[in-house]
Amino acid sequence: MTAPIAAQTVADRPATQAEAIRVEDLHKSFGSLEVLKGISLTARKGDVVAIIGGSGSGKSTCLRCINFLETPSSGRIVIDGEAVEMRADGTPANRRQIERIRSRLGMVFQAFNLWTHRTLLENIVEVPVHVLGVPRREARDRAMTLLDRVGLAEKADTYPAFLSGGQQQRAAIARALAIEPSAMLFDEPTSALDPELVGEVLTVIRDLAAEGRTMILVTHEMKFAREVSDHVIYLSEGRIEEEGPPDKVFGAPTSERLKQFLKSVS
Amino acid sequence: MQEVIELLSLSPPGWGGNLLRGLMHSLQIALGAFGFGLVIGLAGACGKLYGGPITRDLLAVYTTVVRAVPELVLILILYYVGSDLINKASEAMGYGRVQISGVAAGIWVLGIVQGAYATEILRGAIKAIPVGQIEAARAFGMPPLMMLRRVMIPAMMSFAIPGLANLWLIATKDTALLAVVGFNELTQETRQAASSTRAYFTFFLAAGALYLIVTLLSARFFARLEAWARKGQPSLRTVKV
Repeated sequence: MTAPIAAQTVADRPATQAEAIRVEDLHKSFGSLEVLKGISLTARKGDVVAIIGGSGSGKSTCLRCINFLETPSSGRIVIDGEAVEMRADGTPANRRQIERIRSRLGMVFQAFNLWTHRTLLENIVEVPVHVLGVPRREARDRAMTLLDRVGLAEKADTYPAFLSGGQQQRAAIARALAIEPSAMLFDEPTSALDPELVGEVLTVIRDLAAEGRTMILVTHEMKFAREVSDHVIYLSEGRIEEEGPPDKVFGAPTSERLKQFLKSVS
Repeated sequence: MQEVIELLSLSPPGWGGNLLRGLMHSLQIALGAFGFGLVIGLAGACGKLYGGPITRDLLAVYTTVVRAVPELVLILILYYVGSDLINKASEAMGYGRVQISGVAAGIWVLGIVQGAYATEILRGAIKAIPVGQIEAARAFGMPPLMMLRRVMIPAMMSFAIPGLANLWLIATKDTALLAVVGFNELTQETRQAASSTRAYFTFFLAAGALYLIVTLLSARFFARLEAWARKGQPSLRTVKV
């Protein structure tokens, strides 16, 4: 069912581009509740993949399984051609491997999750200095460049609690960029924001998409998803109900559920 | 008045020097026990939260028993059992009986008591950390010990400090219980001075004043520490209700 569509999207783009993220037949259950019922997706280098769906469709869980914040029940995750070693129960078998892989994936959370006891600058240099071993001075210079880029240079020494949600989320994006990620994972980055603050965050994400970053984006912002993504996946009840290029998924949906969903959110 | 000053003077025949020496011993033990208790507490809290079922059960027995038995009884048990075990082990290895230092014994005994309370304080504090803080650390590939050091301990500090400040004050006062095993801490020194001179009122009042000074200085220290640990959090006083 999904194979022809995937093949078609692959054909759209140069075949030379390597895969950044591949998810194969991902299942996830919480107790007896099966949240993901076999999800497969691929993001090549430079792809922006948007995952949309109603609440409870499993889209956040799917994203969180990619870096094992949730433990998959079964399936295969391949990051930059490296398959994550898993035990039979889905937990990562090799702690160092999963830590290394996580440190290459820049995650942006719905609730920002900046470390509240550190200033913005300290938040951004934390992982490069302590996890990746970047010299402090170099990490600091880079962090200042990134803060400047997201428009927060003058807030470098402020603690997160004193900033608006939009500012915190932009700083969180800078923190994710600071690790020079091979791909970025966005988990509903604007859902916790006041409506007037959504735009500033989307602008930053749009710029990242334009510069060819690999991104997987779970979002409720349909217009935005259509605008920035190369490939859209519509999840419903833990399955991929429909996927394809944004113009097709949003412009000419075939599945009844997707039509209903698009009607309900527009 | 003249008489009181003579009794409390620092050099003999005054007993002030003895009292201060006792205070120093008390503080030494309290500090050691508090530190030892923190180490036990941190390990215990992590064990209770993240350990396997056996670890959790063992820790539950530890915290329950220690918090259930009166401290005086525990001190007697741990002191005599502890020194007995060390001597048995030493004799078995052919070294003969060893002299156990009072300070080391005091730190060990009170540290075990403190550790049980610290386990619960720190467990509560760790649980109070917003889950996203830990999740962000995991998502960026922090190894567990780095996560504990760089994220969890700083984030839980402000939740733990009020409880730990209490625990420290209890530690300073619990040293007095060590008098029952003949250790020369402040209360024991005071008792000796009082019974030798019959000036009970003077000496116990002086000891009380010394404990009070320790408490007042500790309170100031912990207030500062708490302010520092709360850095980055908006002051509650500025919140308008």
